[in-house]
Amino acid sequence: MTATAETTAGSRGSQPPVPDGAVTVTVKIRRFNPEIDDEPRWDSFDIPALPSDRVLNLLHHIKWYVDGTLTFRRSCAHGICGSDAMRINGVNRLACKVLLKDLLEKGDKHTTITIEPIKGLPVNKDLLVNMEPFFEAFRAVKPYLVTYGNEPTRERIQSAADRERFDDTTKCILCACCTTSCPVYWAEGSYFGPAAIVNAHRFIFDSRDEGAEERLDILNDIDGVWRCRTTFNCTDACPRGIQVTKAIQEVKRALLFKRV
Amino acid sequence: MQFHKYDVVIIGAGGAGMRAAIESGQRARTAVLTKLYPTRSHTGAAQGGMCAALANVEEDNWEWHTFDTIKGGDYLVDQDAAEIMAKEAIDAVLDLEKMGLPFNRTPEGKIDQRRFGGHTRNHGEAAVRRACYAADRTGHMILQTLYQNCVKHGIEFFNEFYVLDICLTETENGPVCTGAVAYELATGEIHVFQAKSVVFATGGFGKVFKTTSNAHTLTGDGMGIVFRKGLPLEDMEFYQFHPTGLAGLGILLTEGARGEGAILRNASGERFMERYAPTIKDLAPRDIVARSMALEVLEGRGAGPNKDYVLLDCTHLGAEVLETKLPDITEFARTYLAVDPVVEPVPVYPTAHYAMGGIPTNIHGEVLRDNDNVVPGLYAAGECACVSVHGANRLGTNSLLDINVFGRRAGIAAAEYALSRESHVDLPENPAASVEAQVALALSEHGQERVADIRTELQATMDANASVYRTEDTLKQALHDVQALKERYAHIQVQDKGKRFNTDLLEAVELGFLLELAEVLVHGALARKESRGGHAREDYPNRDDTNFMRHSMFYKQGDGLAADIRMDYKPVTFTRYKPMERKY
Repeated sequence: MTATAETTAGSRGSQPPVPDGAVTVTVKIRRFNPEIDDEPRWDSFDIPALPSDRVLNLLHHIKWYVDGTLTFRRSCAHGICGSDAMRINGVNRLACKVLLKDLLEKGDKHTTITIEPIKGLPVNKDLLVNMEPFFEAFRAVKPYLVTYGNEPTRERIQSAADRERFDDTTKCILCACCTTSCPVYWAEGSYFGPAAIVNAHRFIFDSRDEGAEERLDILNDIDGVWRCRTTFNCTDACPRGIQVTKAIQEVKRALLFKRV
Repeated sequence: MQFHKYDVVIIGAGGAGMRAAIESGQRARTAVLTKLYPTRSHTGAAQGGMCAALANVEEDNWEWHTFDTIKGGDYLVDQDAAEIMAKEAIDAVLDLEKMGLPFNRTPEGKIDQRRFGGHTRNHGEAAVRRACYAADRTGHMILQTLYQNCVKHGIEFFNEFYVLDICLTETENGPVCTGAVAYELATGEIHVFQAKSVVFATGGFGKVFKTTSNAHTLTGDGMGIVFRKGLPLEDMEFYQFHPTGLAGLGILLTEGARGEGAILRNASGERFMERYAPTIKDLAPRDIVARSMALEVLEGRGAGPNKDYVLLDCTHLGAEVLETKLPDITEFARTYLAVDPVVEPVPVYPTAHYAMGGIPTNIHGEVLRDNDNVVPGLYAAGECACVSVHGANRLGTNSLLDINVFGRRAGIAAAEYALSRESHVDLPENPAASVEAQVALALSEHGQERVADIRTELQATMDANASVYRTEDTLKQALHDVQALKERYAHIQVQDKGKRFNTDLLEAVELGFLLELAEVLVHGALARKESRGGHAREDYPNRDDTNFMRHSMFYKQGDGLAADIRMDYKPVTFTRYKPMERKY
């Protein structure tokens, strides 16, 4: 099962009506089910789709009307839950945030969209990967507010400027787009990866937090921030627009100058 | 089959489930079972805020919040529960801040507050700044903060474990909850979790509709399981349509936009809410705004080529407010409709959003088996539950509040109950049998019906016949359609026969829950011959307190998908607020 397998459309029966304005595109998907396959293969599906469709719509069309065994995660479908990170035409994206119109070839040229699972995590089935190593790295950086002493009766006071200081890294949805776009992470799975560092940053630069030193010690580790080679893949991949590389640089600087 | 034993099992890892877990996990041995990963839950999609009368920016008190919640719910709210929620809201927000939630701040560094629909000063005088917020991603921050604190407390999660049944053991005092049965997505294995308490926190069932703000995974599993056990569901006909969904897509645009000053306009540019709610205009409660929008469209004043939506005008707010206070919805409009809210109004139309009804509980989160008695050991909180703090129409921000206040309460109650029991009550015989049979049946060859076809037709008929406005005729049509679809569901085909991450099977099971809950919704909507809150009947346009100032209770009669529904009623709890005509 090494060659490209062409799947015939309609194996789930008659197809739903094609909407006005639809174009036919080829969706080429990296498939692998360890239950039955010895190694991964490519399946191609020719399906009708609207330019306004999200790539997730295309995957649903295939699953619902062509091949029910196609497996991927998704939930909110508008870029908030972080379930459907995948490699679309070679870059990490959320399938629910990429519109077909942005992938269509110019003129009459036929469009083929290539979809693979995110890299660096074990593939469980098709586009669905084992997220445990990713979450393990997240949990390792103490991703929660650390405080000592008595709690105030009311809220802690924080100036708007102090709140703004870490705003960017609060946006993270743990989709793993950044971490699995990182060449260092591909090579060394033991590297914490960008997402874990982003979440450490979110607390290190929070004026209410008193755990910066503990976290910086963790990130100073052999598998910590120094592994970063500033390739900016992570920043390009982030569907939330977080300046990931900048956040990592800020953590490095905090380590160098022992100051937040 | 695998077997596990815990004190407390929590089903669902959204806001309510994780808030419960933080309490329960520090008191008793607790497991959280979730069909997703914890941070994937739809709490994360909530945007605008969480109301609490902190009075950080202007005078406010929790009694006003209680009143607004009751009036907003068109007086179907249980007033004791609303009082508790409004009172405990203050600590609920402060608790989240102490857990690390990054709220927006006032110039003095306190938690900032913004206006929101239906939340008013001194019983309706004017809109009040009560919603604590973090830009337009308050739900995201709550979900992340709660998960972060679960990590801190070492809460044990079973990710991608799909609970399909609970265990009820019959005793001389009635049924007692003794555990839950889950299907492990990774392996297809069945797991039995014996527990002294079980907490449902499984969220809503918005996927019965086509146009919805809800995630694909919101299929009412918890409500469906409870219903199949012969336990009641409450007020299921009350479903909220959020006024501002992106037209045609249903993706949510927060009411916080109107809280910041955005205005709804019809095709001629008229600010039509001035006609429907002269005092608080665009910040009227959602049921009133949604109905007004539907009327504008029905009467030919809709915008766009098909005159089928209205416009949310944010252009006067300026780029800075949009980028700093409403960044996500600005991006949604740009990404999904290619409309830039900074320079042009956004096409919007009501989108199915929130179930006011659900699993009936008391104020401790204990699940009722009838009007008066609880099922010992069984709890529910959040959207899947009906306390009832939302009555016939939930006010914006009160869901994030509900999950925190009643999630916490359910977590504490479940843990304390478990600790008060010396030993586990025996499980019923063959606790996994029905789930094993259900999975085996779904995987067997017994027909050619496609899940997607049935689901699409279900959503189409619910959108057409059971949404913002309903009539006897449309509801009868919906009931007929749903029942026919249930018959076809008996012949569905699951194509993936494997054990590993069989999401084809998962979708088939979810559809079964959707069909049952859709039928209950329509059944209740037919029976309720009045208009109240989120339930608007064109043929009965007025509220009828004489006959319908009462909660609906639905019981499944018999087994199988085709079983009948028995209806009963439960009185509304009043404390100090007399029903009045609802004007804004």
